[in-house]
Amino acid sequence: MTGTPGGSLLVLAIALPLGATLIAFVLGGQAAARLARASLWLWLALTVAITAMVIRQGEPIIYVLGGFAPPLGIALSADGLAAAMLLAGAIVLVATAQFGRVAYAAPSWEMGGRAAFAYWCLLPALAASLAVAFLARDLFSLFVALEMLTFTALALACLDGRPSQFKAELRYLLFALLGSVLYLLGCALIYGAYGTLDIGLLTGNTRADAPTRLAGALMTAGLLAKMAVFPLHLWLPPAHAGAPPAGSALLSGLVVKGAFVLLVRLWFWVLPGPPVAGAELLATLGAAAILVGSVVALRQEKLKALIAYSTVAQIGYLFLMFPLLMAGDPDAATRAWMGGMLQAVSHALAKAAMFLAAGLIVQSIGEDRVAGLCGAARAAPLAVLAIAIGGLSLMGVPPSGGFTAKWMLLRASVDTGQWWWSLVILAGGLLTGGYVYRLVAAALAPAPPDATPRPVPRLQEVSVLVLALLSMALGLLPLSMLGLAQIGQPVIAP
Amino acid sequence: MNGTAPFALAAAGLVGLGLYGMLAQSSVLRKVIAFNLLGIGVFLVFGIAARRGAAAGLPADPVPQAMVITGLVVAFAATALALVLTLRLHQTTGAVTLAEDPPTANSAAPSE
Repeated sequence: MTGTPGGSLLVLAIALPLGATLIAFVLGGQAAARLARASLWLWLALTVAITAMVIRQGEPIIYVLGGFAPPLGIALSADGLAAAMLLAGAIVLVATAQFGRVAYAAPSWEMGGRAAFAYWCLLPALAASLAVAFLARDLFSLFVALEMLTFTALALACLDGRPSQFKAELRYLLFALLGSVLYLLGCALIYGAYGTLDIGLLTGNTRADAPTRLAGALMTAGLLAKMAVFPLHLWLPPAHAGAPPAGSALLSGLVVKGAFVLLVRLWFWVLPGPPVAGAELLATLGAAAILVGSVVALRQEKLKALIAYSTVAQIGYLFLMFPLLMAGDPDAATRAWMGGMLQAVSHALAKAAMFLAAGLIVQSIGEDRVAGLCGAARAAPLAVLAIAIGGLSLMGVPPSGGFTAKWMLLRASVDTGQWWWSLVILAGGLLTGGYVYRLVAAALAPAPPDATPRPVPRLQEVSVLVLALLSMALGLLPLSMLGLAQIGQPVIAP
Repeated sequence: MNGTAPFALAAAGLVGLGLYGMLAQSSVLRKVIAFNLLGIGVFLVFGIAARRGAAAGLPADPVPQAMVITGLVVAFAATALALVLTLRLHQTTGAVTLAEDPPTANSAAPSE
């Protein structure tokens, strides 16, 4: 196997943010902040270039590190899935960096500069981990990427250093560590059976025997723990809701998607003719997550806890695509595939916007209960608008990205005769409408007469609103852009 | 029963012990130790894969050994991170477990 043109872009996509992290760590202070922001803008440009190149070539970009072909060396590759997720990650990270210009602008170490220093070092580190998670083509590099994601996400979640936070984050860390050790054990079994961990070499060469099945089960269980799929979701709401706004946005929007991409690669590239019963189990867990997560979100009293439970529910949608892909209907499989990818991207944008907006609202009116949100629409109008638009995308109201995603999953479930999933999608949409309505109605209520909201920095409001608008604009993308998801789409034997 | 069987049994034992410890122990420190046991068990599985996959005349396949070294570094970093968090948890709240209502919460939190 040899590389394709444009392969060096993939190396840059990993090396640029990683280098920026190291240099920012040495520089510190305002220079680190400027460097981190510049590197993230450059990274966004790089991901746009990678996406454009994948679309133009119509096939995945491959780069073989050092010219050593697998199984001796390791390879990087960007297919449609990787390019789309990278682009979404870059957009969310740039918006979060703009948001952080105000929140983490501490001029000196004494005035909270410690959190600012960590923030600006960790943002590019998260970018590098995401790049490895999306571009790596062997299971062991993906393990390292998973761990990098966990460590940076954990540190971002603990930025405030509030005592109440440590317990939630420690529980998150232990769950994540258990998940990654199970994943690593699966890697060991696969290496023992096939002598390679390269995804390209494993595709089509794995046998449906006991060690492979066991490895698949272990790795799937580990990744489910990392993605907080029902019933392993209990760690997520406190960990995501308790983090500072920028941390919550990155954790909910991007970090869980890293594990999702790994799961998809494992199931549709590595495992031999993935078991249909297993896929139905995954979708059942997803359906339970949608219903339970949404109902619990409806009952939450705290703003950020509500949004965190909504993440549990929205992750559930990602799992509905598994049995639809294996039904043996190529058209329906393509629809399910694009629906799953769009759901991952649109949720990343919408949820990041909602968490950042929630942070702005809490900061402005000093109140984090849903019942106490009255007057928020006057105090932080653009933030409330961003929550409403993000909510529309989560509900699946046209023309949002969430609508296209859910509509494609819905059609695929009807086309393959698995109509019961469509009931779950519709019920989930209704419940989502319920909790978004609760938020928006509370925020639009008149403010108490003695309210003295603090003004919200315009830069933060605008960056949040842009994220929300982008999640909406996803639904207006031309079909040729949606075709991106199909580049490198695996052929799944029923 | 060949040369790798004792190691395989040891690996299975370590993985089982570690898994049990991570799920059943309430103290965070014990959970972290259990995580390390579990990790060592997994590295041993890699070692067995290296021994069995060795070409004729070679003592072992070097690739899994390289993976184990990387894995050790990752596990070390994870352990350090978990211990720092545990320490901060204990310093600020006096708690040593993740239970919602820790029995030690009543004792005054030591000042920093």
